[in-house]
Amino acid sequence: MTVLAVADHRRGQLRDVSYELVTAGRELADDLGGDLHVACVSGDVDGFADDLSLDGVDTIHTVDHGEEFNHDVYLQVVEVLDAELDPTVVLMPNSVNGLDYAPAVASALDRPLVTDAVELAFEDGLVATREMYASKVETTIETDAERVAVTIRGGEWPPAEDHGDPAVEPFDLAVDESRVRSRVTGFEEVAGGDVDIGDADVLVSVGRGIEEEENIELVAELADAMGATLSASRPIVDNGWLPKNRQVGQSGKVVTPDVYIAVGISGAVQHVAGMKGSDTIVAINTDPNAPIFDIADYGIVGDLFDVVPALIEEFE
Amino acid sequence: MKVLVTVKEVGEAADDFEIDGLDIAAEYLEYDLNEWDEYAVEAAVQLVEAGHADEVVSVTIGPERTEETIRMALAKGVDRAVRVWDDAIAGAGLLDVEAKARLLEAVVAEEEPDLVLTGVQANDDGFGATGVALAERVGYEWAAVVNDLELDGEVAKVHRELEGGVEEHAEVDLPAVLTIQTGINEPRYASLRGIRSAQSKEIAPKGLGELGLDAGAVESPLTMTGMYEPETESDATIFEGSAEEAGAELAAVLREKGVGAE
Ligand SMILES: Cc1cc2nc3c(=O)[nH]c(=O)nc-3n(C[C@H](O)[C@H](O)[C@H](O)COP(=O)(O)OP(=O)(O)OC[C@H]3O[C@@H](n4cnc5c(N)ncnc54)[C@H](O)[C@@H]3O)c2cc1C
Repeated sequence: MTVLAVADHRRGQLRDVSYELVTAGRELADDLGGDLHVACVSGDVDGFADDLSLDGVDTIHTVDHGEEFNHDVYLQVVEVLDAELDPTVVLMPNSVNGLDYAPAVASALDRPLVTDAVELAFEDGLVATREMYASKVETTIETDAERVAVTIRGGEWPPAEDHGDPAVEPFDLAVDESRVRSRVTGFEEVAGGDVDIGDADVLVSVGRGIEEEENIELVAELADAMGATLSASRPIVDNGWLPKNRQVGQSGKVVTPDVYIAVGISGAVQHVAGMKGSDTIVAINTDPNAPIFDIADYGIVGDLFDVVPALIEEFE
Repeated sequence: MKVLVTVKEVGEAADDFEIDGLDIAAEYLEYDLNEWDEYAVEAAVQLVEAGHADEVVSVTIGPERTEETIRMALAKGVDRAVRVWDDAIAGAGLLDVEAKARLLEAVVAEEEPDLVLTGVQANDDGFGATGVALAERVGYEWAAVVNDLELDGEVAKVHRELEGGVEEHAEVDLPAVLTIQTGINEPRYASLRGIRSAQSKEIAPKGLGELGLDAGAVESPLTMTGMYEPETESDATIFEGSAEEAGAELAAVLREKGVGAE
């Protein structure tokens, strides 16, 4: 009974979730009484194998093919490793690239797929915990399928750190190029510009609770009065109300200010990924069940259109 | 060229809600078009307006109630709709990614679209996987988390939004499934004329039998066994009282942390 975890990397760097996959994979392998295999596919596979030579990993398979992630290649590699190892669980990251190949892997291998798992155990079968309804509820999902595919949410497992001594096995795979029907042609940084919200000590961040573009002015006034920088959740940027360089989150900017004030922001996982490292988190939200309160240090359950003017008065 | 766009009606939980068994009690759910699908619909309609496509068909897995949501898509320019549902689907419990992909696969086989657009994820179950699973099943190429799309003959030139403000530029051979990210466009409001014309557009109901499937198609190896409100790990200090009182208390704490100091 083995677990196969597939590492995630981009532009020459392993991504944090790769180390978290090792922890999650080891836990499952222990539940199963089996081995943990890790696959490093494309890029600097030898360097990645060095970095992932961690305690708890039994074998690392390196597949040297192309520089960057390509889902057609990943699909073929996992298919071949699956045939070779017959793992009980194939573990992949719920990253953007994970979302680009994990569902195809599960479908091709005829394995049920659980995505975005935040907790895992293997008893008679896999038991996974995942969120629903914009993180307002948690659910448990069980399966007695003998072989499953799972993607894990980043940041939920501690990264594996201790050095280990796994076997590293280069894997020579003849990729069927006729099945590669997509090509990566380049990368682009999109969040540049005049302001770097990553430099701010205090951020006042505005979310969809603000309702209308002209109301942003109210939160901008608060930021002004506090001597803070204005940032935002994604819908504000999607609507074109603020530029992309103000977006906090997984696809925006990761920020770690001394104080982060979330105004009318629900606290979706992709937003939290960008601000949970802030020293002090303050939430102003009408919904007492909004997930943002789970990570807040201070909160006001109330209407921002009442609370923000009161705060402006305090700081002016 | 024909575009098929998946349209899902999702439930949104009220601020205060109760759980009834394995779902949020119906009276606490409000239904709406999935946010990500709204951008997919807009992308499809824009392909028609740009002269690339000549028909947009939407497909929804959902009960009769969802026709209200489907009409919203029709009002925004979708030409006609397919709605997949029957008693076997209603009784199936958790429709996992593969079950949904099997149903959509049958619709793709019937419609033979050149391009399928789905939302990146649905805001209720949040699996984020149906589009890519569908692509694998029907043998189409795909790209996930697309926030820019340009068609060039038999190739879709896309930007994929990665983490940390980085975009990947990629080319994908058609036919393809693209999962659409918010921000790719500005979804339009339905015009009065659109709303009126949506009333006469076709919504074709289809059961498993009509799609050449049987009840086995919606059997899932996954079972939901629990739903609960997450135990809050919050140790947040909540300031009570009027906006002025709560604001004053918060301001005092913030000042202590140096906020607002000249
Ligand atoms: C691949 C991917 C990447 C993503 N990347 C990011 C990212 O980088 N950053 C990001 O932010 N999101 C990102 N998202 C989107 C994310 O899932 C959420 O949709 C988004 O964060 C929601 O923003 P919000 O909290 O402002 O809006 P909502 O979730 O709509 O929340 C609005 C909140 O305002 C409250 N509210 C309403 N009215 C008032 C009022 N009058 N007073 C006070 N409170 C009020 C409501 O109770 C609610 O909690 C990403 C999604 C995906 C799929």
